[in-house]
Amino acid sequence: MRRFELVTPASVDECLRALKGRGPEVKVLAGGTDLIAQLKVGMLNVATVVDLSAVSDLRMLDGDAQSGFRIGAAVTARTLERDPRLRAALPSLSESGALVGSIQIRNLATLGGNVCNAAPSADMAPPLVALDADAVIAGSSGRRKVPMASFFTGVRQTVLAPDELLVEFAVPPTGPRSGGAYLRHTPRRELDIAVVGVASQIWLTDGVCRKARIALAAVAPTPVRATTAEHALEGQPVTPQAIARAADLAVEAARPISDQRGSAEFRHHLVRVLTRRTLTIALERATA
Amino acid sequence: MAKQVLSFTVNGERVEALVQPYVTLLDALREDLGLTGPKEGCGTGDCGACSVHLDGKLVASCLVLAMQARGRSVTTIEGLARGAALTPVQEAFVRHGVPQCGFCIPGVLMAAASLLAENAKPSEEDIRYAIAGNLCRCTGYTKMVEAISEAAGTAARKG
Repeated sequence: MRRFELVTPASVDECLRALKGRGPEVKVLAGGTDLIAQLKVGMLNVATVVDLSAVSDLRMLDGDAQSGFRIGAAVTARTLERDPRLRAALPSLSESGALVGSIQIRNLATLGGNVCNAAPSADMAPPLVALDADAVIAGSSGRRKVPMASFFTGVRQTVLAPDELLVEFAVPPTGPRSGGAYLRHTPRRELDIAVVGVASQIWLTDGVCRKARIALAAVAPTPVRATTAEHALEGQPVTPQAIARAADLAVEAARPISDQRGSAEFRHHLVRVLTRRTLTIALERATA
Repeated sequence: MAKQVLSFTVNGERVEALVQPYVTLLDALREDLGLTGPKEGCGTGDCGACSVHLDGKLVASCLVLAMQARGRSVTTIEGLARGAALTPVQEAFVRHGVPQCGFCIPGVLMAAASLLAENAKPSEEDIRYAIAGNLCRCTGYTKMVEAISEAAGTAARKG
């Protein structure tokens, strides 16, 4: 492992002071499942690591479907997987947490870490985008909110400045007639990286789709919304035909590369299949 | 770089160690405390051989900095049994002859103990899910599932 100095702030303010005036030579440590692995293999070289494990505010988790959720950036994937409130109200996010790594990893890996690592295949990002969640970012001049749909700027790049800290996610109320799901394709069930991931969320009023969100992972440098497919669903009853049409339209939002995990052609196919399946589950959940 | 004082509980005893800030919990347990049950297989969280319980939760100790364990409680395979008496799941591993090369076994037992603490009557599916983060390159999974199932008092069913 590369050598570094370790700083352990006890609060968000102390953390911001540790980051102030520093550049990319400082990295924030949450669960460590990406950062420590990257430091070990020499992908990263940093002078200082700021350990967040003493900042308890970052593990807050509060809310319900009626009032929305506040989810601290250091809430673990395992908590997303198991928390009964999240399983009931935000199943897509809960499902995405359950898919990350192994139990050993999920007990460490955090929602904020998965988002800030900004891998195109990050499982927990598409549900946040589909839920219209905001990232709450603390900086020296106060806090700002950034919609998750505009948080990512490129492969492993985000809107976060080096002296800012992602502190929590604000998920707006989903209400009583909303449903969502996240599915990904991987060659094996556990400990794998998404070839494609799709999160869908729909909101119904009197059987008609009031709002739809479809977010795709691993088909572009960042998570992307399939807006044409969303618009095609909105204002209509969510019939199997409407779902099939939206699945076809979602393919247009994908700009995948071909790599060792799958060809661009295969990824286009997966977007269609997973969009159809997630919308079908979302509909079941919205009408349950 | 100056070493830091790491004060924490390991297998029920308060211990102190002087560690570099960039040392992992796994290395501190093995090198400073002589607890060589947890193993380094991959070093990147993929194989599960380094599994320990941190505040009762199963974690990959190769991805935790030693200093992140300050003030917390760690259990390794050395602390699973109470004295000479093995836990039921350890006894079942012996009875079924689960260990082949043995390298993965401390991690698998920590995963199994974690499962049984949360779910006293796991199905075969539950057991396979619980040890999915533990690689056994002898591929001895069948006997692991049987032993864990027997320890839980649930007959292993074909899934």
